[in-house]
Amino acid sequence: MYSTTYHRPSTVEEAVALFAKGSDAKYLAGGHTLLPVMKQRLTAPSDVIDIARIPALIGIEASADTLTIKAATTYVDIVNSADVKRTIPAIAHLTSVVGDPAVRARGTIGGSVATNDPSADYPAAVLALNATIKTNKRSIAAEDFFKGLFATALDENEIITAISFPIPAKAGYSKMRNPASRFALTGVFVVQTKSGEIRVAATGASQNGVMRVPAIEAALKANWSASALDGVKISDEGLMADIHGSSDYRANLIKVMAQRAVTAAG
Amino acid sequence: MSTVTLTVNGKPVTAEVEDRTLLVQLLRDHLGLTGTHVGCDTSQCGACIVHIDGRAVKSCTTLVGQANGANVTTIEGISKGDELHPMQAAFRDNHGLQCGYCTPGMIMSAIDIVNRHGGELDEETVRQELEGNICRCTGYHNIVKSVLDAASRMKVAQAAE
Ligand SMILES: Cc1cc2nc3c(=O)[nH]c(=O)nc-3n(C[C@H](O)[C@H](O)[C@H](O)COP(=O)(O)OP(=O)(O)OC[C@H]3O[C@@H](n4cnc5c(N)ncnc54)[C@H](O)[C@@H]3O)c2cc1C
Ligand code: FES
Ligand code: FES
Repeated sequence: MYSTTYHRPSTVEEAVALFAKGSDAKYLAGGHTLLPVMKQRLTAPSDVIDIARIPALIGIEASADTLTIKAATTYVDIVNSADVKRTIPAIAHLTSVVGDPAVRARGTIGGSVATNDPSADYPAAVLALNATIKTNKRSIAAEDFFKGLFATALDENEIITAISFPIPAKAGYSKMRNPASRFALTGVFVVQTKSGEIRVAATGASQNGVMRVPAIEAALKANWSASALDGVKISDEGLMADIHGSSDYRANLIKVMAQRAVTAAG
Repeated sequence: MSTVTLTVNGKPVTAEVEDRTLLVQLLRDHLGLTGTHVGCDTSQCGACIVHIDGRAVKSCTTLVGQANGANVTTIEGISKGDELHPMQAAFRDNHGLQCGYCTPGMIMSAIDIVNRHGGELDEETVRQELEGNICRCTGYHNIVKSVLDAASRMKVAQAAE
């Protein structure tokens, strides 16, 4: 790791001010993406601004319609939250299969969404549930937030403060884990909103990161059941192909994971 | 350079270190606590796991600054003098190690697992919970046996307290 200067501000305003002072600053939350990349010397921030202890960025709130998870809340606190289990149990399940227990002790929802790794789990939940990403500057709809591989709508110095999820009628998540990295070889999040809209998002599949899956949405709109997807064929165009699986394999996984997710959603 | 102050195995520690120092480097290179191992240095293997404020975390993926003010426990801090921690004793009795390289991380993870699940552990849960700890030698069977054995010993010890 190259030399850097570590800061631990206690408010969002202080964090933004420190960011402005650094020549090439970066925010640090759980550190489970940023630190491995810094250790490989693929990035060399002049200043690392630790936002993981900012009280305003930690916590979970649930109302009748919305579940709000603040950005620096760790995975383990999300898995254990009674509010999450009660309102959107699919998020508790998704979180329980991110990485391993030590990763879940440190990693944060804000760090994951800000990274937008094409095989990460949370982007699928955020897009399928049509969540709103709240930042220190504005609110961004999920549809406008993810901009392809590792790219988002965030400005350089912008901090995600919270993610607000509309509470659905039903939701489920299923992923085929890459057994080595534990990231999604393909993961699918299915949602039936309270107004009856069907939204389905897949991660780990497309070369452009998280995506909606219209063919599956249409089939589930006609009939919300796993068997309704038996005849659906997903095209492998634009899907990832690597040593872990061909694009064809991933296309089939989208269907199979969607079926399992519908079964889990009930 | 920054001055960090933390508690390591119950003792206050103050060190003057570069900000890029990882917690595992502070433990091994500055404090001489070489029980914590570096297996992969890429956040995958769990050999470097220690407890920070009661949570099992990878010390190779933690800056010292992040641990400033925290309470850190390493493999050196869990026995009571010559009396092994029940998890250590169970690993010895069940032949839960071969080369021993992964063992400090395994034991620190395993104690965290038992703390979180209480005595209600079954084999499948232990296997799932240990997925962040890689062992090249044992094939895991005896590690799982050790953790289950220790879980019942720790339950008995707790009941006696
Ligand atoms: C062994 C291992 C296994 C993993 N397995 C999985 C897996 O199965 N599924 C999965 O989804 N992920 C997995 N991950 C990644 C993990 O979830 C990371 O924790 C996550 O990607 C980043 O979150 P963080 O809090 O650690 O962010 P950091 O590493 O601290 O930050 C990552 C990036 O996000 C930025 N950032 C952080 N917080 C904010 C914020 N609030 N606002 C704006 N920018 C911010 C930082 O500046 C940085 O650029 C794994 C990681 C490891 C090491
Ligand atoms: S050395 Fe830290 S996870 Fe392998
Ligand atoms: S005993 Fe050798 S790596 Fe586990």
